[in-house]
Amino acid sequence: MRLRTLTRLIGLAALTFVGLGGMAARAESVLTVAMTAADIPDDTGAPDQGYEGYRFVGYTLYDSLVEWDLSHSDKVAEITPGLATDWAVDPKNNTRWILHLRKGVKFHDGCPFNADTVTWNFARVMDPKAPQFNARHAAFQGAAIINIASVDKVDDDTVAINTKGPDSLLPYDIAEFFMISPCRLKADGYDYTKFMNNPSGTGPYKFTSLVPHQRLELVANKDYWNPKRVPKQDRLVLLPMPEASTRAAALLSGQVNFVEAPSPDTIPQLKAAGMQIITVPYPHNWDYQVRLDEKPFSDIRVRQAANYAINRDEIVEFLQGIATPAYERLISTQPWYGNPTKYEYNPDKAKELLKEAGCVPCEFKVAISTSGSGQMQPLPMNELVKEQLEAVGFKVDLVPMDWNALIGVWLGGAKKSGFDAMNFSLAPIDPVQGILKMNMTKYQSPNGSNWGNYSNPQVDEWGNEALAEFDPVKRNALLTKINEQSTKDAGEIFIVHDLNPRALSPKLHGFVQAQSWFQDLTPITVEP
Amino acid sequence: MWLYALRRLLMTIPILIGVTIICFILIKIAPGDPIKALLPPGATEADAARLRAMYGLDQPLPLQYLIWLGHVLTGNLGMAISTNRPVLSEVTRAFGNTIAIAFIAVCLSFVLSLVMGVIAAYRMGGLVDRIVTALAVFGISVPTFWLAVVFVIIFAVNLRMLPATGMGDSDSGSFNYFRWDDFKFALLPILALTLTPLGIMMRTTRSAVAEILNQDFIQTIRAKGMSEFQVTVHAVRNAMPQIVAMLGLQLGYLVGGSVLVETVFSWPGTGYLLNMAIMARDLPLLQGTILVLALAFVMLNLVVDLLQSLIDPRIKRS
Repeated sequence: MRLRTLTRLIGLAALTFVGLGGMAARAESVLTVAMTAADIPDDTGAPDQGYEGYRFVGYTLYDSLVEWDLSHSDKVAEITPGLATDWAVDPKNNTRWILHLRKGVKFHDGCPFNADTVTWNFARVMDPKAPQFNARHAAFQGAAIINIASVDKVDDDTVAINTKGPDSLLPYDIAEFFMISPCRLKADGYDYTKFMNNPSGTGPYKFTSLVPHQRLELVANKDYWNPKRVPKQDRLVLLPMPEASTRAAALLSGQVNFVEAPSPDTIPQLKAAGMQIITVPYPHNWDYQVRLDEKPFSDIRVRQAANYAINRDEIVEFLQGIATPAYERLISTQPWYGNPTKYEYNPDKAKELLKEAGCVPCEFKVAISTSGSGQMQPLPMNELVKEQLEAVGFKVDLVPMDWNALIGVWLGGAKKSGFDAMNFSLAPIDPVQGILKMNMTKYQSPNGSNWGNYSNPQVDEWGNEALAEFDPVKRNALLTKINEQSTKDAGEIFIVHDLNPRALSPKLHGFVQAQSWFQDLTPITVEP
Repeated sequence: MWLYALRRLLMTIPILIGVTIICFILIKIAPGDPIKALLPPGATEADAARLRAMYGLDQPLPLQYLIWLGHVLTGNLGMAISTNRPVLSEVTRAFGNTIAIAFIAVCLSFVLSLVMGVIAAYRMGGLVDRIVTALAVFGISVPTFWLAVVFVIIFAVNLRMLPATGMGDSDSGSFNYFRWDDFKFALLPILALTLTPLGIMMRTTRSAVAEILNQDFIQTIRAKGMSEFQVTVHAVRNAMPQIVAMLGLQLGYLVGGSVLVETVFSWPGTGYLLNMAIMARDLPLLQGTILVLALAFVMLNLVVDLLQSLIDPRIKRS
């Protein structure tokens, strides 16, 4: 009897052991990301902290009507159906877009997604009288809704967006506008500080906890409407780590397994430790925008000289290969790249042009930052650019300032700035931001991103034509022409495109780095 | 003494007003503004204007300050522009986080500096004294952020014993000092913070104790046949007012938060918060933090003063 009891006990112990072992084998898989942001981005549906905010707390928790297809790394990301299954302009009215909504989608809190939630969400940024109106959201997403006049419900699964004028590029604008749960915000008494601690969207990840300034934790949404994008990890932890050396140390110590933008000097060490270093071209233009309505850059010869003076290969080498030479704003895989004029390194030609323009030494003052989102390594890179420009006869006065002050210089426009140029990296991800807002006269600062007041009547005409052209092939041809023309006009000093390095633990598999500022984290598996 | 304390407390009011006015003016002089820092590159002037009005930044400067002061008197520190959370909750949380590591760092440096300082005072000029002095000079002169990075490389990257950065493990809802998985995050910041006060206080203890050991009464008590331990106790007690004064100052500095150490370790204390507020030109957050810190600094000094007169009745506070 006793022996039997003992055998049972041993059997039970063995079972427990096996059971525990089994549990350990099925241990929760956690993807822990070190972001470059200094703080956790706003998680209420209108992210701050630049596109990093959209990448990690936008497209993870939420969906937009139109989304980005982030499943390839061999071609640039393009828009794809999201919460809207298809969209088309009304054949009778070219200022009215009709969007059909995805049926059966629910928010994380169970709230149904339908035409009412879409109109409610647009009122959140467009109707100051609505209880859900949020002035911060409206300001953050003002650029996305600037051309929208109103949004109507057609039926439960269809909405219509009325634009202020013909706007063939509207789908790109609304790809950054997220849908948040009306039920949750109502339950929170329309208090966004409460919603911040328990947000609800329709995205592939659900919120679990937020420790301010420390970490945001999300779990896989197993009921996500797109079965292909149900996360292959159990949990996603996001940590803000602005210091590049700290991010590298956190990865090497095993505290995190996914690091954004390791600095070039840490890459050899990370590689030696077996980490995966992934780079991909994406629309991230590190350039000098120049003031075109005043000397010296009002003279095209001076702009061309500056472009001929830049030895881009030398800069790429200095950055240990984490950038590619830039000869225009866009990258070659974007559909509007075309066949632009290439101002390749030619110091003799640069000297000749400066002499011809009578600008010797050609003095100019450029605003640069000491750090900042997307600015790469601004101080040493700018020193190198200065050296190259001065070698052909420019005299460059670099004026460093902190990131915040540089943003002020940018938003105010060149005329008010007191600078001839500024080094402010941009994200030309779509034709609105990368082409129209950079080149059309109506988007001169402070009404858009045309900081240096580029103005070419032909370009304006093509731009208006493109906005009213709903045939994508014809529209892309027009947009390409604008891009080629402004590159020919040397509208800025093109320097490099960032390659967006990321360092991943060898235990991560399945990540496809898209040619985009946004990334899909869902396919990543984490080895125990 | 109570009257003295009350008078000192009343004197803090003009100090606080002065500090906040200076802060207010400085942040206004600096280029950049909180709204522009917040907005994305494509935002228009109209977007900025609407937000500016929402935070009352469209009012004339003196009025902005008075409105803020009025709110403070009713216990409302406003909303942080950069995080959209109440300033009070931000500051309280950060203050708690900083105190937690600063207090341990000061206690640690107090005990260590006392022991090492006394030994050095006894062996003035000897090998032990030289080692202790060298350590003190190292503590004072080595930049703490550099030391912090070195600690990370040794303990996190090479030995993999401690986490590199952050505060607390993701399994714990809130930081718990009695749980190793949480406390290990605090160890490196505490070590990095300890070294500077350790160096300063060790030098103070050494010179104060050495000076007392040279005084006549020490000779007298030795002549009376007291043991060397008792002599040391006498000497340390006499040196204590000086040491405590230094201790208070050091605690004051650490409560202000070490911007550099907290940034390297992503430790969300007051230094981290101040840095964030300045970078974002977040005036309500900066003002709130400065106000609370100035108050804490003044109170600490008061406590130290009162403590000194308790330790040494010859120091009268009246």
